[in-house]
Amino acid sequence: MSGSPARARVSALLLVAPLFLFLAAFFVWPLVMMITVSVTDGTVRQVMPETASAIGAWDGSGLPPKEVQDALIADLRAPSEQMAFGDAVRRLNSEVSGFRTLLSRTTSAVRDLPPDQTVDLAGIDPRWGEGRYWQALQRAMPNYTDRNLLAAVDLKRDTEGSITADVSANRVIMVRTFTIAALVTALCALIGLPYAMIAAASTGWVRNVLLLAVLLPLWTSLLVRTASWVILLQNEGLINKALIAVGIVDQPLQLIFNRTGVVIAMTHVLLPFMVLPIYSVLLGIPRNLMPAASSLGASRLRAFWHVLLPMALPGVASGSLLVFMVALGYYITPALVGGAEDQMISSVIAFFATGTANWGMAGALGLILLVTTTALYLVYGRLSRSPNMVGA
Amino acid sequence: MGQRLERASRPGNVRAKAITRRLRLAPFIHFDQVTKSFGPLRVVDQLDLQVAKGEFVSLLGPSGSGKTTILMMLAGFEHPSHGAIWLDGTRIENLPSHKRNMGVVFQNYALFPHMTVAENVAFPLVMRGVGKREAGERVARALDMVRLAHLKDRRPSQLSGGQQQRVALTRALVFEPTVVLMDEPLGALDKQLREHMQLELRDLHRTLGLTVIFVTHDQSEALTMSDRIAVFNRGRIEQLDTPEGIYDRPRTRFVAEFIGETNLFEGVVQRVEDGIAEVALTSGVGVRAALLAPVEVGAPILASVRPERLHLQGEAGAGNVIPVTVTDNVYQGDHLRTHLAGPGLDLVAKVQRRVPVGPVGSTAFACFEPSECTLIAPDKAPGSAS
Repeated sequence: MSGSPARARVSALLLVAPLFLFLAAFFVWPLVMMITVSVTDGTVRQVMPETASAIGAWDGSGLPPKEVQDALIADLRAPSEQMAFGDAVRRLNSEVSGFRTLLSRTTSAVRDLPPDQTVDLAGIDPRWGEGRYWQALQRAMPNYTDRNLLAAVDLKRDTEGSITADVSANRVIMVRTFTIAALVTALCALIGLPYAMIAAASTGWVRNVLLLAVLLPLWTSLLVRTASWVILLQNEGLINKALIAVGIVDQPLQLIFNRTGVVIAMTHVLLPFMVLPIYSVLLGIPRNLMPAASSLGASRLRAFWHVLLPMALPGVASGSLLVFMVALGYYITPALVGGAEDQMISSVIAFFATGTANWGMAGALGLILLVTTTALYLVYGRLSRSPNMVGA
Repeated sequence: MGQRLERASRPGNVRAKAITRRLRLAPFIHFDQVTKSFGPLRVVDQLDLQVAKGEFVSLLGPSGSGKTTILMMLAGFEHPSHGAIWLDGTRIENLPSHKRNMGVVFQNYALFPHMTVAENVAFPLVMRGVGKREAGERVARALDMVRLAHLKDRRPSQLSGGQQQRVALTRALVFEPTVVLMDEPLGALDKQLREHMQLELRDLHRTLGLTVIFVTHDQSEALTMSDRIAVFNRGRIEQLDTPEGIYDRPRTRFVAEFIGETNLFEGVVQRVEDGIAEVALTSGVGVRAALLAPVEVGAPILASVRPERLHLQGEAGAGNVIPVTVTDNVYQGDHLRTHLAGPGLDLVAKVQRRVPVGPVGSTAFACFEPSECTLIAPDKAPGSAS
C-alpha cells in the first residue's frame, strides 16, 4: 500500500528531472552567475592578499598604520601575473586617476631594492602620503561591491563613500528603452485588437490566411525581416516612392535609421505576441453574447463597447505585457534600422559584455532590466486578479 | 401523460377559443410565406404561422427541423430569403434586432460574465437610456420577483444553472418586451428543476400576459406550457394545434410518432357511416375509428392507437377488440409496459398498476373505443397536412 504512491512519486520526479536539470544548467546557473559577477569585485584583492587582510582594520582616517604599508610592499614584491595585475591597476585607476603611474613606479622601486631593506613609500612617491590613495585601496578590497549597480543607473561613490551622480548615458538609454517599448506596445495593441477581432470573427480560409500573415514574421529570420524593412523604408524604397508618386510628399521621408524605423520594424515583429493572446481570449467568448446584447437593445457599437471590449481586455493586458517585456530586450533591430540615438539598453549590455569584457557592468545592467521586468509582471499578476476572476 | 392532459384540458379549451377569436381579428406575429435557405439547403420552407397577442406557442421538432432558425429570424439574427414577417401590423424583417424590443432567452443563457447579476439585468434598461435610479428600482423589483435579490452582486459564474436561468429570464423581461423568445431555455437543467421552471414560466406568462414563442425538442415541455404547439419537420409545420389536438388527434404519421408513443397499423377504408369509418387492417383485423376528416372508401390509411388507450380484458367487450397474447411485461414503476402479439400485428399497451395483467404467454383481449383510434392519411407529400 505505502510502497506504490512513493514509487509513483519517484517516477514522477524522474520524469521531470531532465527539465529541472536543463533549467538549472541553462537558466538558473547563468542567471546567478551574472548577478554574482555584477556585485563581485575580487580583482585587487586577488593580487594584494596581504594588503587586503591588513587594511580591513584601518579606520580610514589619516594614514594607515605601518603594518598596512608593509603588507602592500610585500604584495608588490611578490611576483604576480601580468594580466591580473593589469586588471587590478585599471580598477584602482578608476577610483583615483593617477593610481596607474603611482603603482608602476612604486612596484619597480620596491622590486629594485633588496628584500631586507626597509622601504619608505612616501619617499618613493609623495602621493603615498595622501589619505585618498589609501582610501581608494581600501574601497577596492571588499569582495562585494555596488559600484556596477550604481554605475548602471549613472551613480557612483565619491571618495567619502557617499552616492553621487556620475557622468554616463545609462539613464538616458534606460528611459529611451522603456519609451520605445511602451510605444511599440501601444501600437501593437492598436493594430492587434482589431486584427484579432477580425480573425476571430472570420471562418475557414480567411481566418487561416489572417493568422498565417501574423505568424509569418515569427518564422522568418530576424535579419531577413529587418533587411526587408530597410529595403521598404529607405529613401529610394517602395514606400517613399509610392508616397511621392501619389503626391502626398515631395521629398522622401526619413523613415529608416531613426526612431520611426525602429518602431515600425519592432511593431511588425512583435505583433504576433499581441494578436495571439487576444485571439485566444476572443475565441473563448461565447458566440451568443453579441446577439444577446443586440436583443437587449444594444446597437453594434454599444454591444462592442459594453460586452466585447471588456471581455477582450484580459487578452490585451497579457499581450501588452508580453510585447513590452520582449521589446525591452531588443538589440538587433535597433542596431540595424536605428540611428545612434535609438540604441537600447541591450546594445549597452552587448558593448560591456563583448566590447570591453566588463562582465560586472553587463551583469548589473541585465540585473536592473530583470528587476524591472519582474516588478511589471507582479503588477500584472495583481491586476489580473481583479474581482472579474473571482470564482472563475 | 394522457391523464394530466385530460385534467388540464378544460381551461385550455377556453383559452384556445379566445385565441382563435383574437387571431381572426389580427395576428400579432405573422410569418407570411417565409423561406430561409442556407446555400442549397432549405431550412425553413414557405412557413405560414400566425400568433395571437398573449399566446404561448411552442415550436417543437427534432434538431435540424428549422425551429431555431424561425426564432432567430423573429429576433433579427437571421433574415428570411423570401417572405415577410409582421409584428403588430408592421413588417420587421429589415428592422435591426436591437430595435425589435423582443426579450430573448438563449439556450446557454448568454449572461455577460464580466457583469454582476444586477448589471446583467440592468443592461437592457441602460441601453434604453433609463435613468440610474429608476433602472435600479426596476432591477430590484424584477430580482425580487424571481427571488434572486440576495444574489444581485454575484457574477454569473457563481450561480447555479437554475439561478442563471432565472437571471436570463429576468433580463429578458425587465424592459417589458412585446414578445419573449425562448430557445430551449430549460435544456441544461436537471429534470426536477426543469419541471419546476416549466410551471414557473407558465405562471409568469399568464400573470404578465406575455406573448411567448418557445423553441424546444422536449415534447412534455411543449405539452405542459403551450397554448398551441407547432410541430416542425424538415422546415415545414406538420401540425399546428392545441396540446390535446396534437396528442389526441395527430394528423400525420410524423406527429403521431414524434409526440408520445403510438401503435400504428396500415389498412384500407372499407365503409364510412355516421362519422365512423371501418378499416380493414392488412393483418386482416377490422377496426372502427371516429372520423376527424373526410376519407375516401378504398383509400389506404393509417390507424393510430395510443398505448394507454388499450384496455386489456379477459373477455371481448364493445368497440374494437383484438385478441392478443402477452409476449413481455416491462415494469416501469407507475405502470406496466405490456408487449402484445395479435393476429399479424404487434401492440404495446400501457397498463395501470391496478389492472391485473396475465403472465407472458397468457391470452387477453385488447379493447378500444372508435373515438380512441385516429385515422391518418399515409405520407405522400410530407407536411401537406398543415
